[in-house]
Amino acid sequence: MKILVCISHVPDTTSKINFTDGDTKFDTNGVQFVINPNDEFGLTRAMWFKEKQGASVDVANVGGPETEPTLRKALAIGADNAIRVNTEATDGFYVARQLAKVIQDGSYDLVIAGRESIDYNGGMVPGMISALTGANFVNTCIGLEVEGDTATVIREIDGGKETSTAKLPLIIGGQKGLVEESDLRIPNMRGIMMARKKPLTVVEPIEASQETKAVQFQKPTPKGEVTLVDPDNVGQLVTLLHNEAKVI
Amino acid sequence: MSILVYTESEGQKFKKAAFEVASYAKEVAAMLGTTVTAVSINGGDSSELGTYGVDKVLEIKNDKLSTFNAKAYADVIKQAAVQEGAKVVVVSSTADSKFLAPLLAVHLNAGYASNVVGLPESTSPFKVKRTAFTNKAFNITEISTDVKVIGLSNNAFGLKENSGSAVSEAFEPSLSNDDFGVQVTAVDKATDKVSIADAEIVVSGGRGLKGPENWGMIEELADVLGAATACSKPVSDMGWRPHSEHVGQTGKPVASNLYIAIGVSGAIQHLAGINASKVKVVINNDPEAPFFKAADYGIVGDAFEVVPKLIEKLKEFKSNNA
Repeated sequence: MKILVCISHVPDTTSKINFTDGDTKFDTNGVQFVINPNDEFGLTRAMWFKEKQGASVDVANVGGPETEPTLRKALAIGADNAIRVNTEATDGFYVARQLAKVIQDGSYDLVIAGRESIDYNGGMVPGMISALTGANFVNTCIGLEVEGDTATVIREIDGGKETSTAKLPLIIGGQKGLVEESDLRIPNMRGIMMARKKPLTVVEPIEASQETKAVQFQKPTPKGEVTLVDPDNVGQLVTLLHNEAKVI
Repeated sequence: MSILVYTESEGQKFKKAAFEVASYAKEVAAMLGTTVTAVSINGGDSSELGTYGVDKVLEIKNDKLSTFNAKAYADVIKQAAVQEGAKVVVVSSTADSKFLAPLLAVHLNAGYASNVVGLPESTSPFKVKRTAFTNKAFNITEISTDVKVIGLSNNAFGLKENSGSAVSEAFEPSLSNDDFGVQVTAVDKATDKVSIADAEIVVSGGRGLKGPENWGMIEELADVLGAATACSKPVSDMGWRPHSEHVGQTGKPVASNLYIAIGVSGAIQHLAGINASKVKVVINNDPEAPFFKAADYGIVGDAFEVVPKLIEKLKEFKSNNA
């Protein structure tokens, strides 16, 4: 089985979010970049398929040279090959078209991408690559098994979960639950040394139009002070929620 | 042209999200000087949609579509959009709509903006405001394609009633076997509980509750309020509560009208996930807990004393206002 894990290079979850250039660009100053958490769950699940079922695992990212440390980290965790499509990841549709080309060229059986990146939260790339390549697709996936050419997939739905089966090739929009948080791997020294020698191929983007563009960023307006209620007068909270906030 | 809206239903009843996207589509249609057409797949009573501004309902009744299938549903909505010459297609942010929207966008060659929180800032160029960085920021996104797909954030717009009425029309899409590559074999869903996505009120517990055996009062509070229950990441990681309740940056996003956090310290990742909620209440015995900086109302006190009192006061309030 040939697996591709799509990797987004995103600011660490604890990052302070600021903008520059008249609020048109994300301020990367002092920001630590990591593998998108939703992608990392998928990568870890892919490692399981590699170890237990002899799958090969490639990772791909659409981004400039600054994203290579993130791909190297994925190699250090255990991926075999990395591919970087050398262009800025600005629009989800554009990124999906680039990845669809990588998927077609590599004839992958299973593609795992995070359900969304934690920076733009577009939540469109996995679905779009399935529509572009014609492969089956399951989103918000929290369980994945493959037996021969058939996958059994558990998807999180509003208020529960749903199990389905699908033939490969299959695209997965992954998230926590594919593996547990405690299963995530920190690269060890040997992995890091080996990652330096693993192939990281840079490919040039295909021509594609950009359908959407983030033209301006805004930070939420700062909140007012919290209104504290005395723990001995809990009834006041009920009154405030009813009369002032009007939510009950 | 008209604005097309996908109005989701469950068990032949429209979801609240369906009325919200219909209300939203009505105002977008007013901005563009056009009408609203809804797509209803094995849906509820179409006249209900008229109340929220829908002019025409394309009703699809098809046994093949009795369970949700993203590819097939996206195909149906695409065919409806083409028939209606729709330039803007509006969907909600339920799990199912977020599943099908990217497929629909590709089929229509449309730019897609998800998590949209308001009416278009302008229609030419077409710009919408959406959340980004998991609610730590907003961005204004310009969609430059001829056809646009908009995913409206849950509870971002609310319900707006209209005096209009909707005309129903049967719609028969052509479906191919290709649409059914993913076959659902089992659905496991608590039907008696409010889901986090649908809930107007969410009650959430954190590590401060000390153990899963103490969740009784959280569930009772949720019950009194008709709320969904949720939890912080450590709580789901320790297995005290199921993953499906985990809210935050790597869990579910919450955009409720009221979010009550009990024994949750308010880590930046948690706050990001719940920030879109309108009113936030925190109950925590640590006055330095970061959640107090993000909350509208707070009680510094022992949850095990405060929550039972709150339940009692809410019950009094409910019986007085029944």
